[in-house]
This record gives sequence, structure tokens and C-alpha cells, in this order.
Amino acid sequence: MPSHTEPFQFYTERRLVQLTGQTARTLPDLLSVLRVISGACIFYHTHHLFLSHHFEKPIVYNDFANWAAEALREDALAERLAAIDLLAFTAVRQLRDAIVSMIEAHLKSTGGRARECPPGDEFHFCKSKSFIMPTGIVAGDVRDFFQKVRGITNVSLYFHFLEARLRLERRTNDFSEWLRGCGEMELADAVDRLDPYVVTLDELKDQIVELGRKHGFD
Amino acid sequence: MDSTRAGIRLADYESIVGSEALDELRVVAGYVQGRRLQNINSTAVGGGVAEILTRMVPLLRELGVEATWDVIKGDEAFFDVTKAFHNALHGKPETITDEMLECYRETIQANLSQMDFTGDVIWVHDPQPAGLITRKKQLGRAWIWRCHIDVSTPQARAWEFLAPYVEQYDASIFSMPDFAQRMSIPQFMVAPSIDPLSDKNRELEKSYVTGVLEKHHLDPERPILTQISRFDRLKDPLGVIAAYKLVKKRHDCQLVLAGGGAPDDPEGSEVLGEAQEAAGSDPDIHVLLLPPFSDLEINALVRGSTVVFQKSIKEGFGLTVSEALWKRKPVIGGAVGGIKLQIINGVTGFLVHSPEGAARRAAQLLADADLRERLGENGRLHVKQNFLLTRHVKDYMLVMLALDHPGEDVVHLC
Repeated sequence: MPSHTEPFQFYTERRLVQLTGQTARTLPDLLSVLRVISGACIFYHTHHLFLSHHFEKPIVYNDFANWAAEALREDALAERLAAIDLLAFTAVRQLRDAIVSMIEAHLKSTGGRARECPPGDEFHFCKSKSFIMPTGIVAGDVRDFFQKVRGITNVSLYFHFLEARLRLERRTNDFSEWLRGCGEMELADAVDRLDPYVVTLDELKDQIVELGRKHGFD
Repeated sequence: MDSTRAGIRLADYESIVGSEALDELRVVAGYVQGRRLQNINSTAVGGGVAEILTRMVPLLRELGVEATWDVIKGDEAFFDVTKAFHNALHGKPETITDEMLECYRETIQANLSQMDFTGDVIWVHDPQPAGLITRKKQLGRAWIWRCHIDVSTPQARAWEFLAPYVEQYDASIFSMPDFAQRMSIPQFMVAPSIDPLSDKNRELEKSYVTGVLEKHHLDPERPILTQISRFDRLKDPLGVIAAYKLVKKRHDCQLVLAGGGAPDDPEGSEVLGEAQEAAGSDPDIHVLLLPPFSDLEINALVRGSTVVFQKSIKEGFGLTVSEALWKRKPVIGGAVGGIKLQIINGVTGFLVHSPEGAARRAAQLLADADLRERLGENGRLHVKQNFLLTRHVKDYMLVMLALDHPGEDVVHLC
């Protein structure tokens, strides 16, 4: 965790996908696993596509929404799941509760009717085992930070912006936290207001660099 | 035989994957350097596992991991038994007798008495050598079972025999979630990969590509639809011909169905005959039975194609899809098995469920060069990110690292 008394250390992560062996063929199956599965699993299925397909924006990043649409043809539920505002949560358990409530409400509205997916289209619950490691890139001050942020990888950006905030429950992204510590409150808030869920990681990086430039750090 | 194997170094991949990806490999390698990784499988040549190990072991060694590779010994009877296991684990009808199980146990015992277990991590590939795990009680060390096949719907007798062995490993690895079984040991997903420097995938001179097309009486100036696969009903060659015939009504094109055949595969000869019969006298349908070691020719056929099919009805991982995507070809694939991981529908190609669906997508692609180009570029990038050998090497090193941190979802390294 960066501190205002220290330079900013850029970290990155490497991931292995771990299989849980849990699967679902229907929404009630999905629901029963969602209630008890680890938070790492929820985070994986709502975030891994951000790293996988950054060359083109997929319509939906959320695996639960994609499965509801493609395997179950539950389009209304899929739309709602896809529209969940991930920035509204600062802990994975809150996100889990929101997804569970949404599916419960949908099942209630359909009188408990549950479609079964075709064989081969089952939902497989996975999670990522993340290895966090230093990149060796260190920013000594705010100007240096905005120089160096241009050169970091998408994985590093993903870690500091998405993973740190929600999975590690730091409540905000690491950049805003550190900028606040440096006394750059307005800039920190502006970075915090960026929505990483509607742009690619390349675009997010450009937006951060642009905010720095507007505040005189270019 | 692949002519590119000798002398390939990590640096040779830099122009393909970029220096960042190689730096990343070196960073991960820094955490597992000096460890002895002993691979054990059942064959030194032929088959996907041997192909991957041939290329991966030297790269791991270059990265500082002391990787080695041993092969178990067995007689014909043993390999008949493991072939039957293989089929039964895939869910095919196969009789597994007590004598077969005894033959397996005896061969494993013989290998246990002859083999030196030198690895800090012992990496056992597929069911054939899985029984070697019985040495773990005496030796300790970390043992990993790398399963390259789909064991999700096995015959009960085969799985009930194998599972007690597998459950003794420290972890298992599957190519995709759909292939796995529910087990008490940690299971990781590591997708297979293609080697961009192999004969099947390396860049070719345009003149060579044209030469191969002309050799097979294909017109390089007219669109070519291609499916590369062995002649197997599960690859649906007749469905591909049906799709081509629908496309041909509105679009000038040629079709290539090319694959190898084994002399001892009666079904293959039958399916080849059916494909030739369905092709009839259409001079634009080319059903090609290629000899072994035709990798360069296959490479050229794909590079000379306009659209590639992999219209399987059932599929393992189906790396032919990545091989085509790597060559910037849009791929129309059956929505089964690993094809679903490689084709992002509408982004790197199209997933289909019928010959009609395949025909519609092929017609759309033939009519739209921009769409072909966009999907082709996306496909190349998707493979670069996910299905190249360098990513595979990195994942194997991460699995070694994962064994040091059991039960942790987030591992902080210094």
C-alpha cells in the first residue's frame, strides 16, 4: 500500500486460474453456489475479461451476465447483471449480495421458473490466484509519477486501479490514495472519479495521463 | 519432422511477443530459478504433449529452471491398455477388464523400480504415468498431474481406477474448466499453446504459399475456404461441404478439406470416402489427404485461405483454431470445447451450430474484406495474449510458485 511518506512503488500481478469444481446448469444452481463461494471467485467472474480482451471492448465484462444471456436466454436478467455499477462497491461481499439479490428477484418475478442450459454450456466457477510483485518502477514525486505511469503495463494498471480497490478493499484506487497523501486532493478526486469499467485499460491510462497534464504534471 | 526445433532461444521470440513479455517471464523465473522440474510422460515423439515438451524444456532451462524430461517404458499390451483408458476417460464405450488394470499396475511398478526421481517438482503428464504417484509417500516432493485430455464425462470404471491415484497429487492442471473433474486437490487451468516459430506457424514466403496452392490445383486469385483436421465425423467434414455448397450459390469460392490419416484408422478412411463422395465432381472442392510431417504445407494452405472453418461437433481444445487466428484468418468454429475460448464470437471469428450458420457467416466474411481484416487482427492479438508458448511457460512457473502458497488467493512477493 503506498504511503504519502514514501515514493510510489508500481506493482504488477501474475495470475493463475484456479478451478473450483463447482458448476451450475440453472439459475437456482448458480444462486446456491454464489451464496457460499469465495470472494475471489466473484471478483474473477466480474473482472477477468478486462485484462483478456483489452484490444476491443466486449459488450459485457461480467461472466454471470454473459452466461445468463447466452446459455439461459435470460436477457432481462443478463442486462441487469451487466449494468451493475461496480464502482458502487468497495468490498466483494457487497458485490456478491447485489448479484444474489438480483437473481433472487428475477426468479421471484418468473415464479421460480428455471431454464436449464444446453449440455456443454454449464457455468464453471473459477477464481484467480494472484501473485503480486514489484515492477521495480518507483515514482519519487507527483511529476515523476505522471511520467512513469505512461510506461506501466495494463496488468500493473489493472492491479492498482481495479484489484486494489475492490478485491483488496482499499476503498479507492492506489493512485488516488497516494496523490492525496502528496496533498494533491483535487487531482486525487479527479482520478478517483474515472470509471475504469467503461473504457479499455489503454484508454484509462490515457485519461490518467491527461488529468495529470491538466494539473500541470506533464 | 519440424525443421525449426534445433537451436531456438528465448530471444528468438522477442520480435513476436515483445520484450515486455520476455521480461515478465524472467521476473517470474526469478522466483523459481534453480528448482528441478522433472517432466514425465509416455512418449518422446509424436502427439501434442511431446511436441510441447520438446519446445518448453529448453526454454525453461534457459530461464534457470532445471527442467528435465523422462519417458515411462511399457510394452504393447500396456499401451493398448492406456489407449483403452484414454477412450474410456473420454466417455467412449470401452471394456476395462481386471487383467487390464493389473497390466497397468505391473508396468507402473516396473517403471518405479527403474526411474530416478530427480525433480523438486515432479510433473506427470496424462493418465499413462499417473500411477507413479505411489512413490510420493516415500520421496515427498511436490507432484503435479497435468491432464491434457477431457475427463469430465468418463466411464465410471476408468475414473474410479484413476481417481485414487490423482487425488494423491498436490495439484492437477486442466486445459479448460469443462475438461475437469470435481476433486479434493487444487486444480489449475492452463490452456495449451502454439509455437509461433514452428513449421506449422512460422512466417512463410508468399511464393512458397502460392506454390503450395498451385501444387494442389487451387487458384490463389479466388477465395479459399479451408478446414484443416483429420477425417473424423466429429470434425463434421460433410457439414463443411454442405456449408460450402450454400455459400457457392452466391459467392465464387473454393473449398479445401485437408488432414492427415492413419493407416490403422478404419473410420478415418471411411470418413475420407464420404467426404470425397459428397464433393462429387465439383472441381472447386479439394479433399487432401496429407502425409505425416506436412506442417509447412498446412501452414501454407492456411495462409493462402480467405476464411478458415473448424466446424467440429465435439472437440478437445482444437488448437487448429489458434493456428489459423495467428495467421490473421477469421475462423468459423463449432461452439464446442476449447473453440469457445479461442473464438470470441464476432470479435475473432464466429461460433456456429449448423452448416447453415457456417454458410451465412462465410458468405458475410467473403463479402466484407474489412470485417475479415478486423477479425483477423483481433484473432492474432487474442492468440498473442493467450495461446502462445511463452504464456504456457509462464503459467507452468506460476504453478510451481503456487505450490509454495497453498490456500492463498493473493500472494504478495518481494
